[in-house]
Amino acid sequence: MPIDQSLADVSNTFFLWTIVAYTVAMSCYAIEYAFGTRGAVAAAARSSAAPVRQRELVGVAPGGPATTPTPPEPPDELETAAPGLRSDANRVLGGIAVAATFLGFALALTSLVTRGVSVGRVPWGNMYEFVCLACLVGVLCWLIVIIRRPQLRHLGLFVLLPVVLLLGLAGTVLYAEAAPLVPALNSVWLKIHVSAAATSSGIFLFGFVCAVLYLLRQGYDARIAEGRVVKFPFTLAPRLPVAESLERLTFRVHALAFPLWTFAVIAGAIWAEAAWTRYWGWDPKETWAFISWVVYAAYLHARATAGWWGKRATFIVVLGWATMMVNLFVINLVQTGLHSYAGVN
Amino acid sequence: MRVSSVMHVKILGRLALQGRQLWGQLVSMRTALVLLFLLAIAAIPGATFPQRALNPAKVTRYYNDHPTLAPILDRLWGFDVFASPWFAAIYLLLFISLTGCLISRIRVHLLPLILGPPKVPAQLSKLPLYAVLDTSAQTPEATASSVLAALRRLHWRRIRQRIHGEAEGAAEITLSAERGQLRELGNLVFHFALVVVLIGVAVGSLWGWKGGALIVEGGQFCNAVQSYDQFSPGRLVKDEGITPFCVSLRKFHASYLPNGQPVNYSAQLRYTDGAAAGQREPRHPYTLEVNHPLRMDGAGMFLINHGYAPVLRYTDRYGTVFESPTPFLPRDSALRSEGVVVLPDANQDPATRKRTRNSEVAFEGLYVPTAGSIPPFVRSLYPARGNEGITLLAYRGNTGLDSGVPRSVYSLDQSRVSSGDLKLLGSKFLRPGQSWKLDDGSQVEFVGSKQWMSVEVSHDPGRLTALTGAVAMVLGLLVSLFTRRRRLFVRLRPTTGGTRVELAGLTRADSEAFAAEFDRIEGAIRNAVSAEPTDNKE
Ligand code: HEM
Repeated sequence: MPIDQSLADVSNTFFLWTIVAYTVAMSCYAIEYAFGTRGAVAAAARSSAAPVRQRELVGVAPGGPATTPTPPEPPDELETAAPGLRSDANRVLGGIAVAATFLGFALALTSLVTRGVSVGRVPWGNMYEFVCLACLVGVLCWLIVIIRRPQLRHLGLFVLLPVVLLLGLAGTVLYAEAAPLVPALNSVWLKIHVSAAATSSGIFLFGFVCAVLYLLRQGYDARIAEGRVVKFPFTLAPRLPVAESLERLTFRVHALAFPLWTFAVIAGAIWAEAAWTRYWGWDPKETWAFISWVVYAAYLHARATAGWWGKRATFIVVLGWATMMVNLFVINLVQTGLHSYAGVN
Repeated sequence: MRVSSVMHVKILGRLALQGRQLWGQLVSMRTALVLLFLLAIAAIPGATFPQRALNPAKVTRYYNDHPTLAPILDRLWGFDVFASPWFAAIYLLLFISLTGCLISRIRVHLLPLILGPPKVPAQLSKLPLYAVLDTSAQTPEATASSVLAALRRLHWRRIRQRIHGEAEGAAEITLSAERGQLRELGNLVFHFALVVVLIGVAVGSLWGWKGGALIVEGGQFCNAVQSYDQFSPGRLVKDEGITPFCVSLRKFHASYLPNGQPVNYSAQLRYTDGAAAGQREPRHPYTLEVNHPLRMDGAGMFLINHGYAPVLRYTDRYGTVFESPTPFLPRDSALRSEGVVVLPDANQDPATRKRTRNSEVAFEGLYVPTAGSIPPFVRSLYPARGNEGITLLAYRGNTGLDSGVPRSVYSLDQSRVSSGDLKLLGSKFLRPGQSWKLDDGSQVEFVGSKQWMSVEVSHDPGRLTALTGAVAMVLGLLVSLFTRRRRLFVRLRPTTGGTRVELAGLTRADSEAFAAEFDRIEGAIRNAVSAEPTDNKE
């Protein structure tokens, strides 16, 4: 299959501009975050006195059916925690940041699509493309959150930081020239297994960010409650949403990613059976996928176990993401098994 | 006698108690969690150190690189992690724990599923979602039927109505309803399917086997334990139990991009399986490709690797001709390949058949499928054959081939060279058809090359079980994670001139959407009974 090299170059240009857009967004978010008003701390503290009727993440139009009056809604936990953007400069910065995030997402999508068209196959045939897809999904999760909850936009910094780091690594260490698939990958299962793996990786990435934010917030609250000095990184926490909301968001994101990851691992096993007549061989890549799966299953369990909910369970998420990273970088770059996926020489 | 038997009973009783406590510990979720973690941790060395079952050559290399560490690791099963007793122990404990907890969970979760929604709690106002409505001029019965109708319109199906107190017309009525019981069912299915997967995996590892073999174009391979280069059987596999089949390789074909990246591999085979195998030439044609394995009766075969096998024709000083293809190992992506051709029977006088130790012959070879145009021809420019050639180093002496020390057939024992047992005669680059006369009048000709493929053959009787379990696992997981179990309680109490309706909802902490649903339910009920709003806080 011939490669359209000029289109592949277009894809690379879009990739570079994606990083630029995300970096601009990140800088604006960072400035906005650093100089946002401090009133939010007090507001957040007030709102943690739990209201009778809990209102959580899913947006609910205030009030019931139009005919029946309802008592005034208690303040939204997440909303209260958002910084009061009093100054115009901040509002402009925030606007630029969100616009740049959307733009970056569009650029990343274009880059991936043009890459796919240029090589005439799905654009997740090597590690560079895999990371691009996973980051695209991670940012998509974030876009969904800010469309539903615009007041959370100042948290974009925390989402874009790992994304930019990963994309940077993808563009340098992992980069692979546009090329057709190596024979081992030429299968319908590539479409199924790898897309599921990359998508769930992207959701896990977002979940990891939520988990870290929760741990920051939780640590901050605990330090305040015990009257201890708050040091970095917990000094970042006062402007984060209420701890419980973050914890719940973390869980929901993982409740979405985990079945998808399970499916990805199983689809991989079916592919292995189709290609190698054996579905599981404890190849390093398979082994680490299994390890991640077990760690995330342990998280779901721990969260349902008395005494583990909260901080301890959420630490397992951090561990889970660490295993994903080991699988992505250490296994692909250092060890090689049958998975001829890396495309890194 | 009596005393001691009483003591026995006591001890037995204590043991039974301890046993039950131990069992309780084992089947708790916490234990499963710990075992799960242990399993993950136990898998890490398996992904860190080379594994014999995957790549024995890497284990040998590890032995060479870490001569002190390797034997210790080996004793701890570090190179056979997934066949180690400690891995099996964790696996087995997890299995027991899971089975045990399934049994108790079936009791806990299936019963309510059959019995229906529970009783209405005494103090509804303590529940997280709570509302009160008052109707005027309606009895609890009449109100209850309106409420029921409203709930049914909202798709609440399992509703239980209870009437408390006999007082005619003034009875207190409670309604309890439940939705999303599928959650527990999904959860049960998931955990049960997990056990099924574990069973499938266990069956596969006990009764399954796999082996690796190399076949040169024109060669044939028949399925028997001793014809494998490496073979790893499950614990309960008997040698006789291995299904017979024979495969012959007609032609191997590989295509590449101009930059040398492989595009496609395919191997044209003939095979015969079942009872006829081994009795006549393999007959059924098949094209073996990557992602397109050969499935035969009782085993599957897939392509792992390929390379070249140069054919040398050596004519010794007595005129005896030795000719066979020798598989060489590819060393880079352009298939520069290395190997040795050892002829321990060369230069024996055919009249006396006496073995003359010092005239055995060996060649070390460096084969390139596409050589450049200028010497030294040691680099390959392209993986396909374009301008092939081989650089040979000829040795004569004692190869030590039957000295009993096992060693790689792809390289020469260098200690024989340094000890003087083998003498280097010189080196020469040959193209196909060219030959090289050695000093004793013998001659070697590079005839050309054939291709070889290496395959893995395996048999896994547990894979369908595991697949079934895996599919059920995903389905159960989806149901369990995406259904919300929620309960609704209604209490209708007669008041002066009407009925007071108390409404309460209960769900898991993760179901924030239920608050919204509760609002809708409250609105619907209020409309249905045309009630006045009542202040919630009382
Ligand atoms: C003694 C053994 C086990 C017990 C008692 C147990 C119990 C439970 C319980 C009560 C839940 C529901 C949690 C909730 O509702 O949020 C659950 C969920 C889950 N369990 Fe287990 N479990 C056991 C073993 C395992 C094992 C070995 C795995 C393997 C990975 C596993 C994977 C999961 C997963 C992924 C979930 C979340 C999905 C769901 O809610 O259905 N469990 N388990």
